[in-house]
Amino acid sequence: MTLSETIQSIPRLPLDQDGGPVFGAPWEARVFAMTVKAHEAGVFEWREWAEVLGAELAKDGDGSDAALGYYDHWLNAFETILGAKGVAGSDQLKDLKAAWDDAARATPHGQPIELVR
Amino acid sequence: MSHDHDHEHSELSDIELRVRALETLLTEKGYIDPPALDELIETYETKIGPKNGAMVVAKAWADPDYHARLMNDATAAIAELGFTGRQGEHMVAVENTAETHNMVVCTLCSCYPWTVLGLPPVWYKSAPYRSRAVRDPRGVLAEFGVSLPEQTNIKVWDSTAEVRYLVVPQRPAGTDGWSEQKLAELVTRDSMIGTGLALDPSKLEEAA
Repeated sequence: MTLSETIQSIPRLPLDQDGGPVFGAPWEARVFAMTVKAHEAGVFEWREWAEVLGAELAKDGDGSDAALGYYDHWLNAFETILGAKGVAGSDQLKDLKAAWDDAARATPHGQPIELVR
Repeated sequence: MSHDHDHEHSELSDIELRVRALETLLTEKGYIDPPALDELIETYETKIGPKNGAMVVAKAWADPDYHARLMNDATAAIAELGFTGRQGEHMVAVENTAETHNMVVCTLCSCYPWTVLGLPPVWYKSAPYRSRAVRDPRGVLAEFGVSLPEQTNIKVWDSTAEVRYLVVPQRPAGTDGWSEQKLAELVTRDSMIGTGLALDPSKLEEAA
């Protein structure tokens, strides 16, 4: 999709002009908010975060043939920084992922998925 | 992953599983609180938007003293209105004139002044915008429907984690004596990134 298709050129009032969805999916909003909150809780400096995210995004070169979306990189970077800070080990995350996967499979379609711990 | 989908049960994608795993872990460790996440998302999506930035620009148009303070120390001038950055970023205001048009991009990490502009639009984070805005700003502006006179210089500002820019668009003609509130309605988010201009007053009347 080109930029001009993404942005409708019709000017809109500040109150309701959004330029389309800011987040492509709810998980993107979730990981964004978790990053801000983890920063506020003192897990990392914002400067450190910018460096890790920048390094992650730089893997795509200039990004012109990027295979991953912006928030895919964001999520990779978030896992990286939490690992580096000793907050989230890859084994812990792997176990939790498996637990969530089991919970989803045990949940009838349409029901909220809950993790029983 | 199995390809014979069983639609009786729920399924989460790999990426959703990763995000949920992180949320569970960070919640259990006490770093985050899920309702606070909802509140933050809601705030950025609906409450902040670009309204804060529009108020800053409108005040700068209407009040010469505020204008001077904004150009001198944007962080402090924006904080006067009660808008302070979550990440403690330093704000710089750059003003459009007949000679110079300013445009903001982040070539690496898409830093964005959330406090004044809300959440970044999808395209701001897109790789094509990030790479092309620097190489071919006039071409990118044309795609946004903005064509500037040949003699207007285009200055592209690369924001960083430490410094973020707010473009002050040119005040449209025919708005003498307007209140700050009414002026703010002319200030679009794109005009504060530099990928647009402030609205034409006649368009506002049509829309009203």
